[in-house]
Amino acid sequence: MSQQFSIETVEQAAAHPDLEQPWAELGLKEDEYARIREILGRRPTAAELAMYSVMWSEHCSYKSSKVHLRQFGEKLTEEMTRHMMVGIGENAGVTDLGDGWAVTFKVESHNHPSFVEPYQGAATGIGGIVRDIISMGARPVAVMDPLRFGAIDHPDTARVVHGVVAGIGGYGNSLGLPNIGGEVAFDASYQGNPLVNALAVGVLKHEDLRLANASGVGNKVVLFGARTGGDGIGGASVLASESFDDGGKPAKRPSVQVGDPFAEKVLIECCLELFRDSLVEGIQDLGAAGISCATSELASNGEGGMRVELTHVLLRDPTLTPGEILMSESQERMMAVVTPENVAAFEAVMAKWDVEHSWLGEVTGDGRLVITWDGETIVDVDPRTVAHDGPVYERPYHRPSFQDALQADTFRSSAAGQDLPATGEELRAAVVELMSSPNLADVSWITRQYDRYVRGNTALSAPDDAGVVRVDEETGMGVAVATDCNDRYAYLDPYAGAQLSLAEAYRNVTTVGAVPLAVTDCLNFGSPEDPEVMWQFAEAVRGLADACQELGVPVTGGNVSLYNQTGGVAIHPTPTVGVLGRFDDVLRRTPSGFGRDADGQAVYLLGETRDELDGSEYANLRGHLGGVPPRVDLARERLLGELLVNMSRDGMVDAAHDVSKGGLAATLADMVLRFGVGARIVLDEIVRRDGVDAFTALFSETQGRTVVSVPRTEEVRFTDMTTARGYTVTRLGVVDAESGALEVQGHFTLPIAELREAWEATLPRHFG
Amino acid sequence: MTTDLPLIGDYSTPQTPLNGARIGVVTFPGTLDDVDALRAVRLTGAEAVSLWHADDDAAATLAGLDAVVIPGGFSYGDYLRAGAISRFAPMMTAVAEAAGGPEGSADGLPVLGICNGFQILTESHLLPGSMIKNDHLHFLCRDQQLRVENTDTAWTRDFEPGQTITVPLKNQDGQYVADEATLDRLEGEGRVVFRYVGWNPNGSRRDIAGIANPAGNVVGLMPHPEHAIEVGFGPDTEHGVRTGTDGLSFFTSVLTTLASRGGAA
Repeated sequence: MSQQFSIETVEQAAAHPDLEQPWAELGLKEDEYARIREILGRRPTAAELAMYSVMWSEHCSYKSSKVHLRQFGEKLTEEMTRHMMVGIGENAGVTDLGDGWAVTFKVESHNHPSFVEPYQGAATGIGGIVRDIISMGARPVAVMDPLRFGAIDHPDTARVVHGVVAGIGGYGNSLGLPNIGGEVAFDASYQGNPLVNALAVGVLKHEDLRLANASGVGNKVVLFGARTGGDGIGGASVLASESFDDGGKPAKRPSVQVGDPFAEKVLIECCLELFRDSLVEGIQDLGAAGISCATSELASNGEGGMRVELTHVLLRDPTLTPGEILMSESQERMMAVVTPENVAAFEAVMAKWDVEHSWLGEVTGDGRLVITWDGETIVDVDPRTVAHDGPVYERPYHRPSFQDALQADTFRSSAAGQDLPATGEELRAAVVELMSSPNLADVSWITRQYDRYVRGNTALSAPDDAGVVRVDEETGMGVAVATDCNDRYAYLDPYAGAQLSLAEAYRNVTTVGAVPLAVTDCLNFGSPEDPEVMWQFAEAVRGLADACQELGVPVTGGNVSLYNQTGGVAIHPTPTVGVLGRFDDVLRRTPSGFGRDADGQAVYLLGETRDELDGSEYANLRGHLGGVPPRVDLARERLLGELLVNMSRDGMVDAAHDVSKGGLAATLADMVLRFGVGARIVLDEIVRRDGVDAFTALFSETQGRTVVSVPRTEEVRFTDMTTARGYTVTRLGVVDAESGALEVQGHFTLPIAELREAWEATLPRHFG
Repeated sequence: MTTDLPLIGDYSTPQTPLNGARIGVVTFPGTLDDVDALRAVRLTGAEAVSLWHADDDAAATLAGLDAVVIPGGFSYGDYLRAGAISRFAPMMTAVAEAAGGPEGSADGLPVLGICNGFQILTESHLLPGSMIKNDHLHFLCRDQQLRVENTDTAWTRDFEPGQTITVPLKNQDGQYVADEATLDRLEGEGRVVFRYVGWNPNGSRRDIAGIANPAGNVVGLMPHPEHAIEVGFGPDTEHGVRTGTDGLSFFTSVLTTLASRGGAA
């Protein structure tokens, strides 16, 4: 096919400085375009303009968030870096697990594509995060998905839910990665802008660690995997860095990529074979900004430059222009640097796995990234100016004008907070209503569409507090991962809300018995150009960085997703936090429910209960959102975590479940639902000691609490330990395997069968 | 006879009369549960051998093996039809030959096809019928109860007749279909090996979860026994989270079968 476009060379750009260029259509601001001209000393070629526009987009350059994200580095302490092998800045952070093992994990967003085309958006979200993990030299071993959708009964929600869940399953299941947990929440604030975050975990031996850099003059640059097509052009610059207009449509042409999970599975195995035989010097996945990103990142992280011939790129669509090839976000592609001696061995691995590859060029020593088209130079730039020296904005921010009134509107003072349940019958009905509400109802309609077994190392998955996978089959050493966020808390107070998200994930990891080691975050917010949104972002980052310091766990990587808004209305600030912890032996993990063999065990609550209903699920049930979130006490959270890990290690607890959304009522309901084993509970001691009524004891969301079941033989050791460490415990009652009910003595008896029916019915009713 | 099993996490070789049995597990592009099948073989004390679909000398490779597992996954992405491309692999040609063709043979190579492996065996015409999309159209992952209908196959000897077992099920195309005459013949010859109990999770004809060839040396099923072999990582049971190990008997059964034939190759 003959070429349908003319090629613009660097020479031509220099010769015709006044040509009008479509910088605004590509998402660049006027001063950014001027800055590019200044860097180059001339106007950019069409291809250079394409590269800068995607790499300087909000999605790729973090231009609005960078000044705040620095705190994650600045607030690191020696304690936090003890286990950290690779921190923020690489494809994903890497944490030492001991015995020569390491783990890498990261959470990323794929929000905008998942609204436009839910199936492919969610599928390629998994694909992208998994390639980040492979790029570190690791084998991907698990995925998780924190999801947030619009109101459950809105007519558009089912479209998004069906597509997203099928996309995650369709892609993740085909990759052979167990889906070990995540979150599902419904709130009208996400109606036009659902959040689809994807977390992946990978494991590696220390010697397998790979970084994205191109070094060694004369080494070959190779592109392998799927062919390059016209899908996803401008995905990062146009879709991920713009708000949707009021019609819920992106302001520009939709640009969602299309995934091929089979190609990715083959790519995983192929890359692992390359790593095993040490055949690549540097490697980078192609995600947002495609070849623009891979070439400029590899070149700028290395010591030299790179020269690439763009006509060597294998295409699906021969009509693509150089600019489109540079911007294409076609999936399942990787770029690597290979020494000349390893070229033949590299090609043999490609042939074994039937993976297409093309040699694009080589590493040079002149510090320039030069891209040619049939030998004519169309890009000649300093790669650092593309990959790292993008604009940095100190966006103005201020506390929202509504914040004071919002915080003054407490649940107790509101109309919704009057005439609360008090009799046994009213409390019983409230528990059933709460457990069948969208955010607490059974999510197995979703999780049963995901493979949780593949690879045979899954020791816990949803609905337990954290997903747990074994890493070393000989010792049983493994990791636990939990992701959490409470967006309503973050809306009421972004600083505290971000800290509470971390506290909950940290608590979940320790509740199953793992020692927290590292944090990843996906910061989902509205438009940074709105000073009130920017304040939410700045507060959340500050809160999270401070909390990480206090809990002694570092952020090793993550992602920022801005412009999550429709029209002028932003989503709730949603700082999703993932915490990773380590087990000596994953068989010590604690499940979240009472087992049949636990009959007669004592049920204890760790922690005290205050009247904290603002932002709670109960308030949400009554349509109220106002006041201030529960008090944050990270020193107590840390102590609780230490106690829970020790209890798990010493076999003092057989079940454990943290108290969070929905309060003690939701925790106890989950625990009896898990294996269908009931319990007899007494609230009197909480009521007397903490000065709260039964309603508050059941539905308050005071932090720093976990419910455990303790074998009778361990009760003395258990109470000695908690007393010695000064942590309040309450003996709530006993596990009763015969009763088949959750009995709250003096108030109500709720048969598990009745509770289960209500709890299981909600999601199938809307989506089944 | 019974086979002593190693303690969980004990990877020393157990002392059984069957030390030396070598069982292969085939990997195709897109195979996912090969590591699990290899682990299951290892845990029963046999030597687990990884096989490659494109082995140039597949017949010779198989000559040194005592049994073969075709594991689960999405070989070739299930593109065209699940198993439709994999059946043309050199390894599958050799497996069909060693197993004794569509009728099988009593001393033929024991072959177990799990999930995608079952689909590959039907595409290879080593087993009759086919799998189509689940009747509810979703991928489904659940702990599934099965009844063992035939304990006279190479892979089911260590079960009790009529025993109910729990193993994980996870697939998108798990609905077993065949024409009525084929179904009647399968029933008549006792070749329905496993049936879904409690709930038919995909609309399979006559609740069929797994079948055997006429000689009983080739068995295929949709659920995954290799995911119910190790305490801590199997399906939930009433004794606790992930404690189910009902799948182990598949892998001990084949050792029993080999012993009854006079020992490993």
